[in-house]
Amino acid sequence: MLKYLFAKNEDIPAGSAAIFFGFSAILWFVMGTGLGSFNAAKLAFPDFVTGNAYFSFGHMRQVHVMAVIFGWISMAFAMAMMYITPALGNNKLWSEKLGIWNCFLWNAGLVLGLTALWMGITSGREYSDFPWPIDLYLASCVFIPLGVNVWMTIINRRTQGIYTTNWFFAAATFMVIIVFLIGNLPEFFHLTGLTEAYLTWWFAHNVLGLWITPVAAAIAYYTIPKVTGNPLYSHRIGHLHFWSVVVFYSTPAAHHLMSAPLPEWLKSFASVEGVLILVPAIAFVSNIMLTMQGKWYMFVENIEVRFTVTGCLMAIPLNMQGGFQQTRAINWYIHGTGWIVAHAHLALLGFSTFLEVAAVYYGMQTIMRRKLYSITLANMHFWLLLIGFTVYWVSMTIAGLIQGAGKIYEVPYIDVVIAEHPYMIARWLGGSMVFSGNILWLYNMWMTARKGTVVPQGRLPHELAYER
Amino acid sequence: MAGFREYKIGSRLFGLALGGSMTITLFFPSINIASVSSTDIALTKQLAIGHESGFNLDDPWMQGKNKPLSVSLKVDPLTNQPISGGMQVYVYEKGTSLPNGVDHPKILGEGIRELSVQDGRVKDAKKDVGAVFTLAKGMYQDKQYSYIDDLTATKGWTPAEVMRVAKDSDVSMAGKGKTFFIREGCWWCHTLLPEETQDWQVFGAPPMLGDFNGESPTAFGSDRKGPDLLHVGSRNSSKEWMMMHFFNPRLVQPHSIMPRFDYLWGKYDADGKKINYAEWRKEYNEYREGKRVSPPDVPSYASNSDIRGLIDFILSLK
Repeated sequence: MLKYLFAKNEDIPAGSAAIFFGFSAILWFVMGTGLGSFNAAKLAFPDFVTGNAYFSFGHMRQVHVMAVIFGWISMAFAMAMMYITPALGNNKLWSEKLGIWNCFLWNAGLVLGLTALWMGITSGREYSDFPWPIDLYLASCVFIPLGVNVWMTIINRRTQGIYTTNWFFAAATFMVIIVFLIGNLPEFFHLTGLTEAYLTWWFAHNVLGLWITPVAAAIAYYTIPKVTGNPLYSHRIGHLHFWSVVVFYSTPAAHHLMSAPLPEWLKSFASVEGVLILVPAIAFVSNIMLTMQGKWYMFVENIEVRFTVTGCLMAIPLNMQGGFQQTRAINWYIHGTGWIVAHAHLALLGFSTFLEVAAVYYGMQTIMRRKLYSITLANMHFWLLLIGFTVYWVSMTIAGLIQGAGKIYEVPYIDVVIAEHPYMIARWLGGSMVFSGNILWLYNMWMTARKGTVVPQGRLPHELAYER
Repeated sequence: MAGFREYKIGSRLFGLALGGSMTITLFFPSINIASVSSTDIALTKQLAIGHESGFNLDDPWMQGKNKPLSVSLKVDPLTNQPISGGMQVYVYEKGTSLPNGVDHPKILGEGIRELSVQDGRVKDAKKDVGAVFTLAKGMYQDKQYSYIDDLTATKGWTPAEVMRVAKDSDVSMAGKGKTFFIREGCWWCHTLLPEETQDWQVFGAPPMLGDFNGESPTAFGSDRKGPDLLHVGSRNSSKEWMMMHFFNPRLVQPHSIMPRFDYLWGKYDADGKKINYAEWRKEYNEYREGKRVSPPDVPSYASNSDIRGLIDFILSLK
């Protein structure tokens, strides 16, 4: 990487930035899920690595979350943008060099930020935990260069139209910068009180709704048509999806604070907008599923299609949950319980991760022009991820429902903790399966780079048979 | 830029949509929230907790610096006469950042800000000199309000003089404790927000809109894995229980999943002796295995230890 940092842009081979982002993303995925497994072990077995500030749950919890969101998910997004955006414009990436610098600075900044969190240096705000100097660094060295690269690539495209995926990429990279800067206003300008609480959750919601959700969906809009060879089922539904995400997903931030003393009109407004999130959800799922027409055999045979379609299917319970969780009728029961943890993982580990994993699998093979080293390992990765995630989700949903019941039946709180214990263990096992799957993936990708079968120019990786 | 004219229209519509959404969800609520006056709880919190409990440049390593002391004052520092009933004052030693309501009286709310500035003379408070504050009551436009009184400006009580007459047992380091609450991540499991719907019967009254003016960060908490703590001081005011619970939660609550916070005791206990954690754990394991009848005693904490601040903070949550 170091030699590319200082090379001339023209000398850097196309796709280098994507490769660097791809491997960084996979490494962060391994580290992030490892941290998750570690934290889950602590909840299941409270004296696991105890008595030390640095490895206590209170220090490690945010390290896990930030590592998976700003390490794995966001870097996988960057990787996808680095190769999909130029491909859709029939052009090269505007600046491979900027992409590589972006990757380098991103990794450095994330390590710095996570070290700070690990030492306990936090802003005390969920999702915007990083202290404000790190936030400024992330905005200036991570999101702005990414946005510039993506926008310039789209502006310099050689096609007249812009495809759905690129609308989302452009809008999301723009919106994430705004979200980052405005969401951290409490830290920059020392805003206090409920304004601070509300802005904190506005930031959290919009990172999920205007960065993670649209970009993950956009990736599916590319992967399925590209790999199956079918055209996207409906451009119009793509329009509907895009506009309804912008309008309905940017507004319901107050749904994270339904039980807090926020103005009631704001909460009601958030509820309504939030239920309407079902509109883009249904638009997205139907569009992608219908694009698969005639090619369902690829769900069995092709790993990228399998990951993407599974992720898409997960969007159904995800958005049903999300849409109705934010009505007061349901929110009072499940707020602050394990149900929400299950929901968060359904969104980030289920929906989002499955879609990005497909893009990283596909992209790495295509750019490196090497066919995947081992389909067995890829299958194991898929099943470990799916089963591990499902065990996680089911156990936490049940635990959450029990915690909710604890709110009605005035039992001593410890009874709730005792009842949850088996589900905490199950959650740990599920999460550890995900972690092991990722280690296999890292090995598989590394071996692909070194020893994968060469894919001839103009062929797609899945058109070749496996030699092993 | 080459492209369809729809893209120009689309970009403008996008700007309109995002701008509109942010106006409704950010601008309007902030006007609403900003118009709410501080309650007594908010004023007390501001004075006791101080300027900022998360990362801030005055305390970048989150060690509890830059925080006030809450003192239960028994005698007048200038005349040395006893004060009947005692007086709760908040000492901001030299160099400590002042509370948010003192720096920006506007956030205090109608009536309160006028009284604090005119009667309480909060604008005379200076960070590099320090100040002593208390909560006072006054009349503004025929209504009674609580307000912040800068005792250094109105009575001439300086931080040094107040600390001279105060005993360590009268001093609560709740401000410092909140920094540790944030740093150790207590809020990841323990919420500070009994919910408006069901929780109030078990965890006490849900907070009101005006209870948070000037508090940073509000630390409502994340998903609850332990009891809500907003009113824990009213349910459990035993320092001894708190000590045991923090040192090893399973001493007082065998099925607890809370981690141990024994490291917050630091190196030395209250008598200046070095704490032998390894020895304590060995004895505790023997107790668990049935070889000892009672668990080992939890060491008394030193007055400048982190745990002192944290326990003071937790007990202040009434």
